[in-house]
Amino acid sequence: MAVLVIADHTNAALGEATAKVVAAAQKIGGDIDVLVAGQGAQGAADAAAKLDGVRKVLLAQSDALGHQLAEAVTDTVVGLAGGYDAILAPSTSAGKNFAPRIAAKLDVNQITDVIEIVSADTFVRPIYAGNALETVQSSDAKKVMTIRTTAFKAVGETGSATVEAVTAAGAAGREASFVGEEVVKSDRPELVGAKIVVSGGRAMGSAEEFHKVIEPLADKLGAAVGASRAAVDAGYAPNDYQVGQTGKVVAPDLYIAVGISGAIQHLAGMKDSKVIVAINKDADAPIFQVADYGIVGDYKTVVPELMTALG
Amino acid sequence: MKVLVPVKRVIDYNVKVRVKPDQTGVDLANVKMSMNPFDEIATEEAVRLKEKGVATEVVVVSIGPQQAQETIRTALAMGADRGILIVTDQDAEPLAVAKLLKAVIAEESPNLVVMGKQAIDGDNNAVGQMLAALLDWPQATFASKLEVTADKATVTREIDGGLQTLDVSLPAVITADLRLNEPRYASLPNIMKAKKKEIAMKTAADYGVDVSPKLKVLKVTEPPKRSAGIKVADAAELVGKLKSEGVL
Ligand SMILES: Cc1cc2nc3c(=O)[nH]c(=O)nc-3n(C[C@H](O)[C@H](O)[C@H](O)COP(=O)(O)OP(=O)(O)OC[C@H]3O[C@@H](n4cnc5c(N)ncnc54)[C@H](O)[C@@H]3O)c2cc1C
Repeated sequence: MAVLVIADHTNAALGEATAKVVAAAQKIGGDIDVLVAGQGAQGAADAAAKLDGVRKVLLAQSDALGHQLAEAVTDTVVGLAGGYDAILAPSTSAGKNFAPRIAAKLDVNQITDVIEIVSADTFVRPIYAGNALETVQSSDAKKVMTIRTTAFKAVGETGSATVEAVTAAGAAGREASFVGEEVVKSDRPELVGAKIVVSGGRAMGSAEEFHKVIEPLADKLGAAVGASRAAVDAGYAPNDYQVGQTGKVVAPDLYIAVGISGAIQHLAGMKDSKVIVAINKDADAPIFQVADYGIVGDYKTVVPELMTALG
Repeated sequence: MKVLVPVKRVIDYNVKVRVKPDQTGVDLANVKMSMNPFDEIATEEAVRLKEKGVATEVVVVSIGPQQAQETIRTALAMGADRGILIVTDQDAEPLAVAKLLKAVIAEESPNLVVMGKQAIDGDNNAVGQMLAALLDWPQATFASKLEVTADKATVTREIDGGLQTLDVSLPAVITADLRLNEPRYASLPNIMKAKKKEIAMKTAADYGVDVSPKLKVLKVTEPPKRSAGIKVADAAELVGKLKSEGVL
């Protein structure tokens, strides 16, 4: 048995998700190799080599891989697939983009968003916005799956695997090309792995209000910032803040929802948080049905009071 | 330019999903069904391409039960030109759906496929990428902005951390995210007109694709329930509680 983990990374650095996917791979069992597919990605590869339980790190580099274009990642992975029984990618936007393409090239189904490895061929995954959990058994010769990283605890970093260069698929003959990227750099923790998340909803009413209310509270707590779809659609917060069925799934120790009603699609992204706090002026808002602690009131008075109480 | 839009009939996004007591699935008897919301967005985008004069024909395809005709009618009422329904009794898995769509594309030769990024029942987020793989076409997933010319599409994609822009040469598969557009409501005259539009009825066998499931569903269960907690009077009390929980 051998498992290939496709790393989450930014070329220079390894993403937090990788250590969690390695943890999922350990539950499957067998040798675990990590593929870093990028360009100028030695930094990410060296970090991956430190992860516990990794046999070796495979480093594939080309221009097309630098932006993790699905076509190039797929061709690279398919070239390596012969040596593996399972191929695991994180449920990041990059993983969700290329993993089904890899699965189809290998003529197997993808198992999406795995939250539990029952055995080497049986997995649990959420369906219907997390309102049901499906246990599926795959008879495919190779298992291709994306891993919901919030469900797995990262492995340690005391390893010393070797890094080996492997053949990268290039851009030659590829019909997709990178034009540009707008990635907001932030000093706040990454939303998906954060210990505390403060999210704002439609109640904010404007981007200025979102900045003025949600961000200072988050910064006081050392928290990541999230948002509901309504807040993102209205332009109060950027798209990558969205928490929910079709946004990011988070499971922090503490989730504070400010002016968010608690629609099923939002709950799908945060209901596995350890402690949930809701601030909402409507005592009947559905968010209170999942909140451990609720304050019924106008956020305009509650949030400043909370800032003071936090000292 | 011909645009193909696959659409799926799913449980309406407002319906509270209930798991069947025998753990074989979720209860779909007598619940409201609608077009998958992401497919509405894809249909809207295709119709707008036609209105802009970029597309000449919009063909919608659904794979599902007889009632999926209603889903196709909804797309026709929004402005699509004709439909194809591939009738299957069981919910086909993403790979089988991709294979069926590939077979349809072999007959229809569209220049562009625009489809939803995921269906809100299975939440697989896979068919578009799989279809692109089987066709060896480029893909641009999670699109929030799309510009199409005769031979290429420029696509802004929602990614972790922000937005990415790709150029893909046509033919290509694009999958729609929530912010691509806001789908229209069909007007009454357009609903009437849609009744006269053609829907071709097919079966999976017509395309020689095996749709029997490859994944065995052992059980479907309810997620652990969260119970409602307590209301606290003010911020000071809240901070005290959070400190005693050890999360601050
Ligand atoms: C296919 C699909 C996918 C979706 N995916 C997602 C997703 O991933 N994530 C997501 O979040 N949503 C998603 N949605 C949207 C979801 O259904 C809801 O529309 C959305 O979550 C509502 O956002 P909200 O709670 O901010 O807004 P609202 O529902 O409008 O709630 C605003 C809340 O603020 C409260 N409020 C107003 N003023 C104040 C005040 N002064 N002080 C305190 N409280 C106040 C109100 O009482 C209300 O409860 C999706 C929908 C669809 C159809």
